[in-house]
Amino acid sequence: MQATTLEGGFGNAPLDSARAFRQIMTAVAQPGIINDVVGATPPAPLSVAAGVVLLTLCDPDTPVFLTPEFDTDDVRAWITFHTSAPLVDAAKASFAVGSWGDLPIADFAIGTSEYPDRSATLIVEVALLNPEGAELRGPGIKGKATLSLPDTAAFQENAALFPLGLDFVFTCQNRLAALPRTTKVNAIKVS
Amino acid sequence: MTDYNFAYLDEQTKRMIRRAILKGLAIPGYQVPFASREMPMPYGWGTGGVQVSAAVLTPDDTFKVIDQGADDTTNAVSIRRFFEKTAGVAVTEATVDASVIQTRHRIPEQELRSDQILVYQVPIPEPLRFLEPSEVETRKMHSLEEYGLMHVKLYEDISQHGAIATAYAYPVKVEGRYVMDPSPIPKFDNPKLNMAGIQLFGAGREQRIYAVPPYTDVVSLDFDDYPFEASKADHACDLCGAEDSYLDELIVDDAGGRMFMCSDTDYCAGRRKAGCIGAQGIPYQEDVA
Repeated sequence: MQATTLEGGFGNAPLDSARAFRQIMTAVAQPGIINDVVGATPPAPLSVAAGVVLLTLCDPDTPVFLTPEFDTDDVRAWITFHTSAPLVDAAKASFAVGSWGDLPIADFAIGTSEYPDRSATLIVEVALLNPEGAELRGPGIKGKATLSLPDTAAFQENAALFPLGLDFVFTCQNRLAALPRTTKVNAIKVS
Repeated sequence: MTDYNFAYLDEQTKRMIRRAILKGLAIPGYQVPFASREMPMPYGWGTGGVQVSAAVLTPDDTFKVIDQGADDTTNAVSIRRFFEKTAGVAVTEATVDASVIQTRHRIPEQELRSDQILVYQVPIPEPLRFLEPSEVETRKMHSLEEYGLMHVKLYEDISQHGAIATAYAYPVKVEGRYVMDPSPIPKFDNPKLNMAGIQLFGAGREQRIYAVPPYTDVVSLDFDDYPFEASKADHACDLCGAEDSYLDELIVDDAGGRMFMCSDTDYCAGRRKAGCIGAQGIPYQEDVA
């Protein structure tokens, strides 16, 4: 077992995860805002923010899917050691980590009409995370917000599934933003 | 503090509750099942709210607890002390100073900000439960958006009483989709459900968590010819003179004497401090109960 596997977890799990969860929750409750998180130093290519989300929310009850880019021995060992989450196929996952183009969006669970909460949360690693780009409207947003998104059509299709659908957390270095299924996304037209 | 894990619950339990809260925020008004734990207080005393608070509190928070608007009732005091002891959080009775507010059956009169979180204690989370006792059936009704029964109930109110007689736990529709029980708040508080703060609802015995994100559309159910009306006792507060706050009626002697006073004790005290005096009030003095 590599030393890197054992390192990089929360120094004080109860307090670090409480603070991290607050940042994640306010991001989900107010789509478009970007929050900083600290506490995890996962092995590359996982970002700090993706590591924090995994440590805060994942455990033996939450199967995790990794795209090939992230499915390395170091990452698998780190997630297994720190969270004990089983690593599975996309269809069985409650969480997934990957870059946008690599995530098999159509394969993830979107919930059932009686249990729409039984749906996957995708942690999308992005190179850029800025409060500019696509226009967001919906619950949690006063009027409208803007956020750099890797796609538009896919999020519109996802929102159309409401109350079913996927929920997204975008991670970039130590920052994160969220896009729950309720958010209506519009590409800003350049005219 | 060293005798307990931070905020009492173990980490795996908090993760499970946190995941339920996130799904709740992503599906506003939908009741997310969660594995409610036994807490060191009986069901019915706010175990759902306490578990949600335990999952969201950080050591940097300032925590306020109200029971029917009051900070100084047994339930509010004991829950406040519980988290003072197990989470080491600062506590307050002032709505403006609190970052997390746990409430039983009221929304504070003071408008909440976007950095404040309101945690409701919920006894029966299912708005259709008294109309349809079967969980299988009510779950199906929510999935099909079949809420006709609720409108029949409100219609029967009108046909029997001449008005919608439901005075508390008045059903609302969230973001045009799920009908939700706002917990037994008076319907006077319903318009305040459209707020800047995050609202989380926890039902411990019934094992459900649901949520309303900020700026979410929350509409009280009604009819075109019988529109929703946020009602309160037609009176001013006898202590502070407020005419815009929800009032409690208090019997003060054996001869039927009564007075009305703000249910929100912080709001009332704040007004009295500012020099407002009601019909039976006396000028505010520090440390006078």
